[in-house]
Amino acid sequence: MALFDIHALWDGKLFDVQSLLPDKPFEFKGLLKGNQPKIRGGVHPEPRKEATADRPIDTGFPLPPMLYLALWQHVGKPADPVVKVGDRVLKGQLLAVSQGLVSAPIHAPTSGIVADIMDYPSAHPSALPTPTLLLEPDGEDRWMELPEKIDPFSLSPEEISLRVGAAGVVGLGGAAFPSAVKLNLGRRTKIQTLLINGGECEPYLTCDDRLMRERARVIVDGILIMLHGLGAQKAIVGIEDNKLEAYTTMRMAADELSEGKVEIALVPSFYPMGWDKQLIGYLTGKEVPADGRATDVGVLMHNVGTAYAVQQAIRHGKPLISRIVTVSGGAVGSARNIEAPIGTSLASLLAHCDYRPEDTARYVMGGPMMGESLPHPNVPLVKGACGILALTQEEVSATNAKSCIRCSRCVTACPVGLQPLEMVARIRAGQLEQSLKFGLKDCISCGSCSYVCPSEIPLVHYFKYANGELLTRDQANHKAEQTKKLAEEKLARLERQKQEAAAAAAARKAAAKKPKITEQAA
Amino acid sequence: MSTSMLSAPFTRSELQIQSIMLTVVLALAPGTAWGVFIFGWPALFIFIVTVASAVAFEAACLMLAGKRVDATLLDGSALLSGWLIALTLPPWAPWWIGVVGAFIGIVVGKQVFGGLGQNLFNPAMLARVALLVSFPVEMTVWANPTPPFSSAAPGLMESIAITFGGLTPADGSTGATMLGWVKTEFSQGRLLDQSLATGDYGFYKSLLGWTGGSLGETSALFYLVGGVWLLKKQIITWQIPFSMLATVALLASLFTLLDGERYPGPLFHLTSGALMLGAFFIATDYVTSPNSPVGQMIFGAGCGLLVYVIRTWGSYPEGVAFAVLLMNSLTPVIDHYVRPRIYGRNRKGKPLELPEGRE
Repeated sequence: MALFDIHALWDGKLFDVQSLLPDKPFEFKGLLKGNQPKIRGGVHPEPRKEATADRPIDTGFPLPPMLYLALWQHVGKPADPVVKVGDRVLKGQLLAVSQGLVSAPIHAPTSGIVADIMDYPSAHPSALPTPTLLLEPDGEDRWMELPEKIDPFSLSPEEISLRVGAAGVVGLGGAAFPSAVKLNLGRRTKIQTLLINGGECEPYLTCDDRLMRERARVIVDGILIMLHGLGAQKAIVGIEDNKLEAYTTMRMAADELSEGKVEIALVPSFYPMGWDKQLIGYLTGKEVPADGRATDVGVLMHNVGTAYAVQQAIRHGKPLISRIVTVSGGAVGSARNIEAPIGTSLASLLAHCDYRPEDTARYVMGGPMMGESLPHPNVPLVKGACGILALTQEEVSATNAKSCIRCSRCVTACPVGLQPLEMVARIRAGQLEQSLKFGLKDCISCGSCSYVCPSEIPLVHYFKYANGELLTRDQANHKAEQTKKLAEEKLARLERQKQEAAAAAAARKAAAKKPKITEQAA
Repeated sequence: MSTSMLSAPFTRSELQIQSIMLTVVLALAPGTAWGVFIFGWPALFIFIVTVASAVAFEAACLMLAGKRVDATLLDGSALLSGWLIALTLPPWAPWWIGVVGAFIGIVVGKQVFGGLGQNLFNPAMLARVALLVSFPVEMTVWANPTPPFSSAAPGLMESIAITFGGLTPADGSTGATMLGWVKTEFSQGRLLDQSLATGDYGFYKSLLGWTGGSLGETSALFYLVGGVWLLKKQIITWQIPFSMLATVALLASLFTLLDGERYPGPLFHLTSGALMLGAFFIATDYVTSPNSPVGQMIFGAGCGLLVYVIRTWGSYPEGVAFAVLLMNSLTPVIDHYVRPRIYGRNRKGKPLELPEGRE
């Protein structure tokens, strides 16, 4: 947008410091073509990653007394249980099957007994109860029979998707979209480049960072398997330049294993660098049309955690039954990343990390920029949860909204190119349709505008409200139209019946007359 | 402790309205101090009267409107508006000029529209223009700069009399501003080199601000430094100051090349404190300027164009206030037509075309 950013003079960033780094890969396609990768908007929140970034992943989390497996913890239709209460199950055994085209199955994170299938509070801001399978671990943690080690590259690409789907792998970056659906889409549309998101731009979260540092070879293997499943030749992993150790480790693993198929790229650290379209734009110079998908421009994006889960599913036949989650926040005494079974109560994860409930002002699932506030931590860990934060009063910004001073910081910060201040002005005046003209539907709820607002206006909150309200109105309109249509049809039907009755009566009359005529004629 | 519910984000940048306003005030401080330094006690008096009445008017309006007085007053916006109004006044103006100016700026210019963030026009510039049109005599008495504590400088009692007692400054202690001088001289057939010489013009003098003029509009240097500091603090963006100064410089260069005897060069304009103050502190007012970077470029260029046109061909010697007000009125139009391009859409808001070979 700006020809010359004068701020660069003062930040010392006028020169691309990254290019001075020894290992900087500058084969960005955008650069070769001469069009500089464009970064739009963004903010620089306090990273607050230091509490967990340098501590190894804790794999010694004790099995909790009960696991709560929500049947609906992915995008799409909920899973349907295939076990009964009282059944004894083994670790990795299928508990609930996916329903429909977009869904994911659920597997047993450990061996034990199905204690109940009931409604249990869900990991959602409302914590409303949803159907949940309760598994009581028997403490043996006994695996089901696992297949012999498989050579993934001997499998057909279709088989890879099938197995990924059967293993219940969903997007582990937070979206929880079934990965197999994405792989199928990518294969059908013949994407050229697989992008792997190692950005992790949300403050506090370090689960991807740790995973890349500790299990880089597994991730690269997973990426190669995904490439095979997609029939694509090229993958680029984008890692923010504040994770140099992860970058180096991943680069070494890629050099060793991938024969040049997997490129590791440093990307600038800012929020929201991990927004898929931002990363696509930076790494490939392409822009996804507003009504399209990433596959429309020949790319597909997966998270590093997903690549790891895919490798486990294909090479070892292990379904997705655990994930790495960052437990952090000011009220957490010993913050760290934990590899925990899906279905663990978040409260027990927090307790394991010595958190202080009395200091906790807010529980957040995910990161502080886009995560969801939980009323209490007695909800289960779901596949899409990257972090659980217990934030203190000092960390949670108070909201004392004041007048908008039109400073337009929100315009500068918006990565989509919206004018949040104009949208909010219309929403506050009740002109929701007007706010649509300013691109309300294009908002990605990244929270950059709310973050920078010096008047503390909760802009994203307004946008979510307006989008929800418009949806409700659409539904109400739809219902009204349906009712009207039915009423009109009924009227038409009554009218038709009336006419038919009249016609029938006329016919009868005519029929009654006819004999007379014949008689007369006779 | 209860956990209240609200949607993300749960973290926020430290920057608040109050700190923005205070940073701007700090950036204004050197230029203001210079004004008080060269114009003496009367300048300090009129400054205090104006700022105090601005804050008092704001408080009164908030009370009338039934809004929270303390919280809104503390945001510092009334202080800043009052401060800017004071800077545009003649340093030896009588006290009531400051009070009327604060009333026009705060009550008519801001609170009537609904308070902070709602006004269409820059309150300080509105106040200045209204005063200039209503009280042309009082608003054009330009004290000459005097070294403080010298015999030429007014003493404390004399200063009180100047500001509060309606004392007319002695002959010879006032004069015209350089912009006004050049204009008057030209109308009497004297060419630029002549008028600059008789007006005792000097580049460094002008840059530093050792000239007659409004209380806080003489020193280009101090406002340039303050403005650059605001840029560094990311309180303002570069678009408006850059485009405004560049437009004036460009036009001045063009016309001085065409007729050097009539039109002063770019440096003459750029060393005017009013232009620097306007470019960095007035035109960049958040409320009354466009919100997209491109819109801000257009706005700044428009301000620069109008400043040059009014200074050169208008009947007033100075044009920043009129230029900014006129462009303020165009801000909604600019904001309507100039919007950032939304990701994945073209400028018209239609989704981008799919690349060839894809469906």
